[in-house]
Amino acid sequence: MNLFRELFFDYTLRTVALGAGSLGAVSGTLGAFAVLRRQSLLGDAISHAALPGIVLAFLLTGSKNTLVLVLGAAVAGWIGMLFVLSVVRGSRIPSDSALGIVLSVFFGLGLVLLTYTQRLPTASQAGLDTFLFGQAATLLMRDVAVIAGLGAVAVMAVAVFWKEFKLLSFDPEFGATLGVPMRSMEIVLTTVLVVAIVIGLQTVGVVLMSAMVVAPAAAARQWTNRLGRMVLLSALFGAAAGVSGALISASTRNLPTGPTIVLAATVIVALSMAFAPERGLVWAGIRRRRSRRAIQVDAVLEDLFALAQQHEDGTHGHPVAVLEAMSGGRTGVEATLRVLESRRLARRLPDDAWALTPEGLREAEARRSTRSSTA
Amino acid sequence: MTPIEIEIQVIAIVVSVACALPGVFLVLRRMALMSDAITHTVLLGIVLAFFIVESLSSPLLLFGAAAMGVLTITLVEAVRRTGLVREDASIGLVFPALFSIAVILIARFAGNVHLDTDAVLLGELAFAPFRRLRPGGIDLGPRALWVMGGILLFDLLFIIVFFKELKITTFDPALAAALGFSPIVMHYAFMSIVSITAVGAFDAVGSVLVVALMIAPPAAAYLLSDRLWVVLLLSALFAALAALTGFWAAWLADASIAGSMATMAGIFFLLAFLLAPERGVVAGARRRARQRIAFAQLMLAIHLFNHEDTPEAEEESRVEHLGRHLRWRPDFARRIVRRAVAADWVHRVNGRLGLTDRGRDAARTALAG
Amino acid sequence: MNAGAAIEVNDLTVAYREQPVLWDVDMTVPQGVLAAIVGPNGAGKTTLIKAILGLIPKAAGEILIHGQPYAEQRRLVAYVPQRGSVDWDFPTNVLDVVMMGRYGALGWVRRAGRREREHAMAALEKVDMVSFADRQISQLSGGQQQRVFLARALVQDARVYLMDEPFQGVDAKTERAIVTVLQALRAAGDTVVAVHHALQTVPEYFDWVMLLNVRRVAAGAVAEVFTDENLRTTYGGRVPFLNGAVVEGAA
Repeated sequence: MNLFRELFFDYTLRTVALGAGSLGAVSGTLGAFAVLRRQSLLGDAISHAALPGIVLAFLLTGSKNTLVLVLGAAVAGWIGMLFVLSVVRGSRIPSDSALGIVLSVFFGLGLVLLTYTQRLPTASQAGLDTFLFGQAATLLMRDVAVIAGLGAVAVMAVAVFWKEFKLLSFDPEFGATLGVPMRSMEIVLTTVLVVAIVIGLQTVGVVLMSAMVVAPAAAARQWTNRLGRMVLLSALFGAAAGVSGALISASTRNLPTGPTIVLAATVIVALSMAFAPERGLVWAGIRRRRSRRAIQVDAVLEDLFALAQQHEDGTHGHPVAVLEAMSGGRTGVEATLRVLESRRLARRLPDDAWALTPEGLREAEARRSTRSSTA
Repeated sequence: MTPIEIEIQVIAIVVSVACALPGVFLVLRRMALMSDAITHTVLLGIVLAFFIVESLSSPLLLFGAAAMGVLTITLVEAVRRTGLVREDASIGLVFPALFSIAVILIARFAGNVHLDTDAVLLGELAFAPFRRLRPGGIDLGPRALWVMGGILLFDLLFIIVFFKELKITTFDPALAAALGFSPIVMHYAFMSIVSITAVGAFDAVGSVLVVALMIAPPAAAYLLSDRLWVVLLLSALFAALAALTGFWAAWLADASIAGSMATMAGIFFLLAFLLAPERGVVAGARRRARQRIAFAQLMLAIHLFNHEDTPEAEEESRVEHLGRHLRWRPDFARRIVRRAVAADWVHRVNGRLGLTDRGRDAARTALAG
Repeated sequence: MNAGAAIEVNDLTVAYREQPVLWDVDMTVPQGVLAAIVGPNGAGKTTLIKAILGLIPKAAGEILIHGQPYAEQRRLVAYVPQRGSVDWDFPTNVLDVVMMGRYGALGWVRRAGRREREHAMAALEKVDMVSFADRQISQLSGGQQQRVFLARALVQDARVYLMDEPFQGVDAKTERAIVTVLQALRAAGDTVVAVHHALQTVPEYFDWVMLLNVRRVAAGAVAEVFTDENLRTTYGGRVPFLNGAVVEGAA
C-alpha cells in the first residue's frame, strides 16, 4: 500500500512503472506470436545482436538519446536476424547453430565496442553498460515516451494486421493461396518483434530481454484457447512482470532490473502452469488421482462381489489379504476398503475381514449390469 | 612479445580449442541452444558453490557447474514434458530464470569479491597470468592454463574413447539404441562435459561468449568437410586462429580479449560461409548458374521430345513459343538454343526447332532416370 | 488454350536443387469433374498441386484457371492441404479456422463479422460439424480435422477445389461425408482435383484421373485411362493390389 502511494508521488517510481509496464505489454503482445511460431529463441538472438548497434550509435552520434540508441539497436537486431535467415537458407548449418552464432558473435562484437569506448577519454560512455542487464532507475520520462510511442506503433501494427498475422502463425501456405502476401507479412511481423525487443533493452538489458518475449506468452497460453485472449493476457502478464519487477528493483539497492523482472515473469509462468483451470498441472494431478481412486473402488467392489457370490451368505467376510491377492498385490487396497466403508458399501467385520453391505451388494450388481450392457 | 602476452595467448588457444571440440557435437546434434542455456546457468552453479566454499579456486566449482548443467537439461525436459510448453520455449524459460537468480545473488551478496556482473560476461583473460598455481611455493604457471589444459585433455580423451558411440548417437540414435548404446546416457554424459568446459572457460571468457567459441569454429569446419575427424581437426584449427587473431585485435584496439576472440571466430565462420569450396555461397551460386544452363538445355530437349509427332508440334517447336511456355526471357531462350545447336542436340529448320538423334537420346535418358 | 477447361497446366517443370520433381507436365482438367491425381511416392503429386497454387517456384510452365492465369483467378481456387501441415495445438476453435477462409475476401484491416460467421456456419452445416463450432481444434479427431479444412475451403465460394490427400487417415463415416460434399460440388458445376492415395476407390469416387510419376503418364476419364497397363507404367511394374477395380485392357 505504501508502494502505491509512493507510486503517485514519486517521479522516478512513476516513470519506472510506466516504462516497464509499456515494454512488458508490448513484448507480451509480440511474444505471443513468436512463441506460437516456435521462434522463442529468435528473440534472444535479436536482443544480443542489438548490443553492437547500441554502442555504434553512441560512437557515431555521441548521443545517448534513447531514440538514437534504440534505432541503432533495431538496425543491428535486424541485421542479425537477416544473418540468421541467410545462413539457414544458404547452407546446411542448422537454425539453432545459426542463432547461437549470431547471438554470441554479435554480442562479442558489442562487448569489444563497449570496452573500447570505456577506454576513450570522453568518460560519457558511463551508462552504456546498463544495457547489459538493464537499469530501470535510469529511465527518464522522455525515455518512457519513446518506449510507449514505439510500443504503441508495434501494437497498432498487430491490430491492423491481425488477420494476416493469425494466418501467418497458423497456416501460412493457406494464407498464400488466399492472395495474402505472406512473405511481406513475415517481414512486417519480424520487424515489429525487433521493435518490441529493442524498446525493452534499456530496462531489462540485452542478456535477458528474450525472456520477456517468451514468459508472458507461455503463461497466457495456459489460461485460454483463443488467440485474441491469449495476446491480451500475454500483454497483461508482461506489463505486470515489468511493473512489479521494475518497482522492486528501483526501490532496492544492488538489484539490477533485468533479472528482477525476469524472475517476476517466471513466477507468473510457474503459477500459470500449476493453477490454470484446464491445463494446470495441479488440477491435472488431482483429476488423475481422482480417476485412479475411482478405478480402484470399482475393482475392489467387484472383487468383494465375486467373493460374495461364492457363498450362500452374501455378507460373508473375507480377509484383507485375499483381496490384496486378487488385486495383483497392488497397494492401497486397505485405503480403498475404508473409502467403501465411508460410503456404506462395505463393512469391517471382527478379525479384520471385510464384507459387502446389502447396499454394497446392490451397487456391485448395478455396476456389473451396466458394464455388460455397454460391452 | 612479453612473457605475459605469450601466456595469455597460450591460455586463449587452450580455452578455445577446448570449447570447439565438444562444440562439434553440439552443432551436429542440433544442441547449440541448449549449450547457450547451459553456459548461462553454470553461473548459478559457480555462485552457489562459491557461497559454500567461499573461494573461487576450488574444484567444487567445477562439480557445481557440471551439476547445474545436468539440472538445466533436466528442468528443460521436465518443462517440455508437461506438454504445456514447446521445446524452444522451455529452454527460453528455464535459463533466463536461473541466470537471473545468479546475477541477483552476485549483485546482492558477492559484490566486493572478484565476481561482478559485468565480469561475468567479459571473462578475465587479461588477468589470468596473475593468478598462478603455486603448490608449495613452486610457480607452475597460470592456474587457468592448468585447469583449462586439464579440461582440454579430458574433452579430448572423452571424444577419442567414445568416438564410435558419439558418432552413432549423433547420426543415428535409433540405431544406437538398437545396438545397445544408450543415447540418453551419452546425452547426459556429453552435456556434463559441455558444462565442465563452460565453467573452465568461464573464467577466461565469461558466460555468453563461450557459445561463440563452441559453435562458430565447428560450424565453419562443418562447411568444409563431411568427415567427422576432419571437422574436429578444422574446428580446433579455427578456434586456435580465432584465439590468436582475437588477442592481437584486442591488443590493438585496447578492448575485451574475449569479445575479440568471439568476433574473430564469427569472421572465420563468415569467410567459410561465403568461400567454402563446395558449400559456400559463392561456390553454390556459380554451381547453380552452371546447372541452370545445363538443366535448361535438357528441358528444351524434353519439351521438343514430348511434343514430337503431336498436333501441337508445329507450334511448340517455335523459338518464340519457348518464351511463353517455358517462361524464358528471349535472350535466355536464344542462348540455350545456341548451346543446344552447338551440342548437336537440335537443329533449326524454317524457324522451327527439331531434335537430332543425340538430342532425342538425351531426352529419353533423362526421362527414364 | 482450352477455354472450357477448369485447370490447364502447360509444360510444367519443377526442380528442387536442379533435380527434376516434375518434368514438362501437361494437364487439362475439364469443368465439373471429380479428378484424382495418383502415382507412387515421390511422383510429384503434392508438388503439382502446390505448383498450381504458386506455393513453390516453377522452372517452367504456365497455369490457367478457367482460361486466365492463376494469379488473376485466385478467388476461384480453394485449397485443402494435408492435415499434417498445421499445428493443431494452436489456440483457436473450429469456427475461427473456417472463418479464416474468408480473410482473402475481407481484404486488409476489415474484421470478420456476423456475415462471415453465418457463412462459416453454413459451411460447417455442409460437413456436419455445426455442433463442433466452439471446439478447440486440438480436441478433434483426424476425420473432424479434415472436415474443418473442407469447410474452410467451402466458405471461399470457389469454382475449383484443390485437395491434398483428403481421405488420408479418416474414418469411413467421414470419408462418405466428404464424398457427398464433393459430389454436391460437382453437381453445382464446380471442379475438384484431389491427390488420392487409395487406388481401390478411384473408380468409385472419381470420374477423371491423372496418372503421374514425375512425368504425366496418362490423363482423362477414369473409364478410359485407369487401365492395368497405365497403372503398371505409372508404378513401375509394381501395382498395388487392386481387387479387380481396374478397367481391363483398353487399347
